[in-house]
This record gives sequence, C-alpha cells and structure tokens, in this order.
Amino acid sequence: MRYLPHTPEDVAAMLEAVGARDLEDLFSAIPADCRRSRPMNLPEPLTEWELADHLGRLAADMGAPGTRLKSYLGAGSYEHFIPQVVTNLAARSEFLTSYTPYQPEVSQGTLQAIYEFQTLVCRLLGMEVANASVYDGASALAEAALMAVRVTRRRKIALSRLVHPLYRRVVRTYLGPSDVELIELPYQENGRTDLTALEGIEDLAAVAVQSPNFFGCIEELEAASALAHDRQALLVACFTEPIAFGLLRSPGSQGADIACGEGQSLGIPQSFGGPGLGLFATRMQYVRAMPGRLVGRAEDSQGRKGFVLTLATREQHIRREKATSNICTNHNLCALAASVYLAAVGGPGLRELARLNRDKAEYLKRALEARGFRVPFSAPTFNEFVVEAPEGFEGTYERLVAKGIVPGLKLGPYYPELPRNLLLCVTETKSRQDLDELAEEMAP
Amino acid sequence: MSEFPGATGLVLNEPLVWEKSRAGRSAFSPPRRDVEETPLDERLLGMQPDLPELYELDVVRHYTRLSQWNFGVDSGMYPLGSCTMKYNPKINEKLATLPGLAAAHPLLPDSLAQGALRILYELERFLAEITGLEAVSLQPAAGAHGELTGMLLLDAWHKSRGSKRTKILVPDTAHGTNPASAALCGYRPVPVASSARGVLSVEAVAAAMDAETAGVMVTNPNTLGLFEENIRSIADIVHQKGGLVYCDGANLNAVMGIVDMAAAGVDVLHVNLHKTFSTPHGGGGPGAGPVCVKKPLEPFLPVPRVVRENGRYRLSDAFPLSVGKVHAFLGNFGVLVRAYAYILSMGARGLERASRLAVLNANYVKEKLKAVLHLPHDRPCMHECVFSERTLKERGVTTLDLAKRLMDYGFHPPTVYFPLVVHGAIMIEPTETESKETLDLFVEAVKAIVEEAAKDPERLKKAPGRTRVGRLDEAAAARNPRLAG
Repeated sequence: MRYLPHTPEDVAAMLEAVGARDLEDLFSAIPADCRRSRPMNLPEPLTEWELADHLGRLAADMGAPGTRLKSYLGAGSYEHFIPQVVTNLAARSEFLTSYTPYQPEVSQGTLQAIYEFQTLVCRLLGMEVANASVYDGASALAEAALMAVRVTRRRKIALSRLVHPLYRRVVRTYLGPSDVELIELPYQENGRTDLTALEGIEDLAAVAVQSPNFFGCIEELEAASALAHDRQALLVACFTEPIAFGLLRSPGSQGADIACGEGQSLGIPQSFGGPGLGLFATRMQYVRAMPGRLVGRAEDSQGRKGFVLTLATREQHIRREKATSNICTNHNLCALAASVYLAAVGGPGLRELARLNRDKAEYLKRALEARGFRVPFSAPTFNEFVVEAPEGFEGTYERLVAKGIVPGLKLGPYYPELPRNLLLCVTETKSRQDLDELAEEMAP
Repeated sequence: MSEFPGATGLVLNEPLVWEKSRAGRSAFSPPRRDVEETPLDERLLGMQPDLPELYELDVVRHYTRLSQWNFGVDSGMYPLGSCTMKYNPKINEKLATLPGLAAAHPLLPDSLAQGALRILYELERFLAEITGLEAVSLQPAAGAHGELTGMLLLDAWHKSRGSKRTKILVPDTAHGTNPASAALCGYRPVPVASSARGVLSVEAVAAAMDAETAGVMVTNPNTLGLFEENIRSIADIVHQKGGLVYCDGANLNAVMGIVDMAAAGVDVLHVNLHKTFSTPHGGGGPGAGPVCVKKPLEPFLPVPRVVRENGRYRLSDAFPLSVGKVHAFLGNFGVLVRAYAYILSMGARGLERASRLAVLNANYVKEKLKAVLHLPHDRPCMHECVFSERTLKERGVTTLDLAKRLMDYGFHPPTVYFPLVVHGAIMIEPTETESKETLDLFVEAVKAIVEEAAKDPERLKKAPGRTRVGRLDEAAAARNPRLAG
C-alpha cells in the first residue's frame, strides 16, 4: 500500500524494540468480547487508476444522460464562477494539511488568513467582529439563536417563515431539548415578513429574519431592527446569498446585532450542499458571548507582529460544559477560499457582479411574466424570485427535468399554500441565450 | 548527530492583504453583461463594500507567502495526539473536485443525482461494516457536531420510551467537546474519574449510573491511548439502568478490523473522517463526523436519509421519529467523497494494517522515549502515548518549552497539556504513515532537547528561534482583543 512505509524489516526491528512477538501482541489489552468475529467485508482495494475510473463514472452519473445539466436552483446553494486563483491557492498543501493553529509559531499563514477573513467579513456585512466561521448557514443561525438567549437571558425567538425552511428545521433541532420557544412570523402579501405579528410577544430574545429572504425578496431590516430593539431583543439578520451585499445595504448598516448565514457563494463549490461556510458576525459588545474560534493580533518578545487564537476561554477545550458552543472546528479551508475570492474580486468587482446577478434574474422574471407566469410577490428581489406557474405546468417541469434542465425549486413541499409556485435563481453563469431558451421551454 | 529537517531559510515578509490594495486593480474577469441594467429602489442600495483591489499576481503571492508560514503534514511529521495527522492522499483531492460532484446542487431531483446518492449510500454501508454498527447518518459536519447528534439521539430514544433523563456520565479523560455537546442537549455532565490504570472502572460507573442518567459518553480508545478494557461490563451496567453507551470514535484509527463496537456494547458512535479516514484537516476544517448506531436507534437518525430501491437511490424524509436536521443539506459531501475514496483504496486488509501499524508506531515511540520522559502508564498503548512533564520539570523546563523547541528541529509539536489527568501531558500520535526513519529522527530530537534542558534550559525557554515569529504574548492578545483590521 503506497501510503504505508513499513517494510517487513522495519516491522521486525520495531517489534523487537517494543518487546512484542508480533503485531497481535500489541492488542492484548482488547478483551475477546470486544473483538470482531470476522474480517471486515469491504470491496477489494482499487488501484489509483481504477479508483479514478470508478469516481469518474459516478461523477458522470449526475444529470440526465448525454446532456449538460442546467439548474436554476438557488435556495441556499448558488452557482457562481470561481476564479482559478481561488481553487489553486486554497488547495496549497501547507494550508490543506495543517491542523487548527494551536501552535501559532508554525501556523502564521492560517492565522493571518483568518484575521484577514474576519476583517473582510466585517466589511462585507457592516459588522464589528466576525468569527473564523462555523459549519454552514443553518448552524450559524442556530448558534445565533442560542447566543441571543445567552445575551438577553430570555426564552423566545421569533423566526420569520421566510427564513430558509431547512435552516428553520436545523434551528428546531438545536433548540429541541431546551425550553426556548420558537415563534414563526407569517409573511405578507408582498413577500416580506409580517412584523406586526411581533405585537404582544413578551420575553423575546431575538427576531430572526433573512434578507434576501427565501422568496428572494429584500426585507426591510431597519424596520425589523427597530421593532426588535423596542422589545430589548436582538435582531438576527440571516442570509443565504452574500453576493447580494455587493449591491444591497449591509445587515450592520440596518441595525443587525448578529449577522449570520451561508458563505458558499464566495468561491466555494456547491458540492452537493457541503462543505459550506457559516458566516457569523456581531457587535463588539457581545464578543465574549460569541461562539467559535477567533484570531487576534499579538506580538512576540522582540516586538514582531503575529496572530494567535484568542478569547479561548469562551471555548469548549477550556470551558467544557460552560462553553458558548460545543464547536471545535471552523470551516477554515472554505473561509480561506472566501478570503481569496473577496481579494480577487475586489469592491468594484463585487458591485458589478451583484448588479449582473440582479439584472439577469430580472430579465428572466420579465420573460416568464410575458409567457403567462404570475409573479405573486411585489417586493424587490435580488437573484431569486418566485413565480406561479400556469395550470398544467407539472408535466412541463418533469419533461424539462428528464432533459437535465431544472426550472427552479417547487415550493409546495415547503409552503403547502403555494402548490404551483417555483423559486428560480439566476446568477452570472447564465447567458441571455440560456434565459431565452429556458423561458421558451417553460412556456405553456 | 543526524541532520534534522529544521533549518533557517529565506522567509518572505508579507503585509495584510488590504495594505497591498491600489484603487483600479482587479484580479477578476468580469462576466459578460448581456442584459440591461434594471433600476433598484435607492433605499435598498448599499455602499460598495470596502474590499481590497489587487491584480492576479498580487493575490497569488500574498497567499503563497502565507502558506509558506504554515507547517502541515506535507511539510513534516505532525504527531499531534488525538488528531490523527496522517497523510492526506492527493488523488482524493482531485476526485472530490470532479465537476459532476463539485458543481452538484443539493436539491437536485433524485433522478439527476444518482452518482452522488450512491456515494452516500455506499459510504454509510462501509462505515457500518467498519464499526460493526448497523445504521449511519453522514449529516454531522464535524466530530463535535456528531456528538451533538448523538446526544440528540439519546434524548429522543429516552423520550420515546417515556423517560426524561437529565445527566450523562463523562470520564475525566474526555475531550472538551464531550461535556459541551452534552450540555447543549440539556444534559448535566457528571465527571467520572478514571482508575489508576488510566481507564474507567466498572465500580466507578456502577456508583454513578442511575435512573436519571441518560448513559455514558466514552472515548475508546481513550485519550491516554489506552483501550477501555472494561467497556463491555460498563455497557451492561448502563443498559441495566436503562441508559445507552455513546462512544466518541475520535481514536478509531487504532482498532479498525479489530474491535466490533456493537459487541463492545456501544449503541451510538461518531467517527471523524478527517482523522481515521485521511481527509485533510484544512487548518481546522471542514471535517465530517458521521454517526453510527445500533438498529433500535435507527428511526431517530437525522433526515433526509438515502434509500435504495430497485437499484436506484432517493432521499426520504419519511422517518417520523427522526431528531430532524442538523445540517441544511446532506452534510459535508466533499469530505465524504474523500473518505469514500480512501476506503476504496485501502480495502479491508489495508485499513486493518493501517490500524496495526499506527499502534506499532505509537508503541515504538513510547518505548524509545520512556528512558527520557516520564511515562505514567507503562504498558502497551494503542495509537498514541502520553508522557508527563516530570522529567522536564526536574531540569527546570516545561512541556511547552519542549514543544516549542521541537519546532526548531523541524517537527510539529505533539498535543500538550491534554488530557488533563496527566500533569503537563505530552501526547504523541505518530500515525501509520510515518516511517521508522522519521520516528527515529523524532526520537533523537526529543532526546537531544531533554539533554539541552539539562545543559542550557534558557535555550528551550527562548524557543522557537527558527520560526517566523517567536512565542507570542497570548495573554496580552486576550486582554486587548484586536480582531479585525
């Protein structure tokens, strides 16, 4: 086996050094009643070439045979162009094969990269402090809910129904064993959260809304934060599409206390849903209640500048059951990719990219409207929008899927009151011709 | 004296990324604009984000230089105990980024995602076979996430039987994530002291286990590198009192093909694909922490689950007793692909051989070093060995000094000051992918440092001297946190 260095002579010499007759001798502490009764039944080992062939075939068994998959799915996972520098630099093996930077003298690369990541995330979201990332957007929101409960010592979270339905399910799982009550806020006819439903709710720790929301609509975060703050609750501003902040007002500029969500759009492949990048940022006043890893500046005895993991007394390896979270990981390599992406794209680049996403989505929206699809929600959208399909579209949807074209996400399973509605996403990867063709294909 | 890998080479300086910014530069190839601009309500429009403006070579040099300040498994031996820093095969990196997999959307209709679903289904079967447990969820994104999922499973199982339990037993050798994960699930962790032999005793568990206790959370092999030899009897006691046995499988690398976790009495186990199954640690993640369970716990596993029918695969939510979702989608698929490829490369015999050689390497280092470092548990170990600080203290230096000085010799330090039950612990896990020559060199370096400690302790206290920066003032950094520029 090419990963294992031991020659028979090595094994013999090492066994002699440890005073064992054979390898089995080393396992004498394992009692008979814990042992396997038979060898593991796994496929015969593959050579490197057979393995590449096998995975190549599985990777080809995606989409419809003989066609190029065209997906207009968004809903928390977005197809964006990834500059080659992002892929190459994040794959450098000194980044790839290192551990958590607990030994800062030999980890300055990772540490400076995280410090820069924290800074760039703060700038993008308009917040004061960002952590080194958590698993994904859903766990970021769950951690935000738990943090709001810690900060306010209150027991209710108001969660918009326009927060990603799968994120809401993760939040429910995380809060399941606790006595924290989740209250879902309904939505208005225009596709924004109905904040009047906050009326009369006592003991509120946080109001959590997503913008752009699951229907793609841009929420009025400033109004939401004013209402949350009136009740001494925190505003948690969630997001699934950070490219939006190239164009739209940041959560921080609208009064968010915690901004959290998914960073996959920033140079990370969709990869069937993971690994993603949980972005998490807050105000400096709450930093000690924050979950996750943080990097700060430091100096050595000669005054040389460097970086260390800091405020670790919040974390599980020091505080154990009293920690702010059980998390021990950041999605470091994904955070690194996001940093390289933001540095490569730059401020003006992100602005134009965000405009292009919105404009292309608007183009398809108008094209579908012209072909009998209704746009049920009037609030402005970014790169996703909902349409109500005409009667009889079900057959067209299945016909397109069979051709390897996915014309958006059916909303019925998530919102039973919207059985004929689709959520479509358009990013910079789709050309005007693609959009024209899709509209033609979808037309009744 | 041998030639050690540690050297003082050319180290390039590099400013913070925004200090290199010049307005008007860009490293981005802007996608073609083939549609008209649409107006946007002024009230929604934000400022252009303040991001650096660099051209492509600037970006490349910046991150290349940063990478050169890092030490990884590809740079040299990384004997970090409890982290299993084994070699991360290059082919697996390529396979995980095959366009069909890397560009796949997680909500694709099942008919368009057969390849990816098959990988998930087969990896679940492989992990079930390797652990001896029956059902698997690949959704948890990390070890601690797997622990949380495991605790939720215990809670759901107890509730389904009309029992609400409030406590969980956690040995004093446990990783910090164990009590933190239990607490997140509403359990009060009850510490159980390990015996003089460094393992849990049947008596200690019997004394602590009661009808309010959900079960025990045991790491096996434990963080002292010892097999919890009483696990079967402990499991019987826990089961008799209506509890369950949760095993933290962080150290599974020692026992593949040897231990049957189900036979050992384990009900729920998480494994770390980034440890045992060779997926890269990436400077702290992403990893993956699948959870394996015995049949009675299967109905509670997270949804959706992959189902196979007539040779086709689909996702199903139809598990009404499920604890719900712990990840927005299906977990860290990109990591799962790498582990799947690793298992297919190794096969049953290869995995078992990896475990046997990992244990041989740890025992070899233990035997070679016990002459110069104090070994609290002098008997065969599993995948790692743990020394105390005693002999270093006698020479006026600390475990930290040894760790920092090892960097100058060109090695990543072991895990230090953990587990907490060993004073000034030095926890060494060589893994099976280090050769005898490398281990010999490492042993020689440690011995040389212990000698230096006797002759010139100041040299150790000033170490490291060959790294880009010396010891950084972490206390000052925490007092006055500077977390963004």
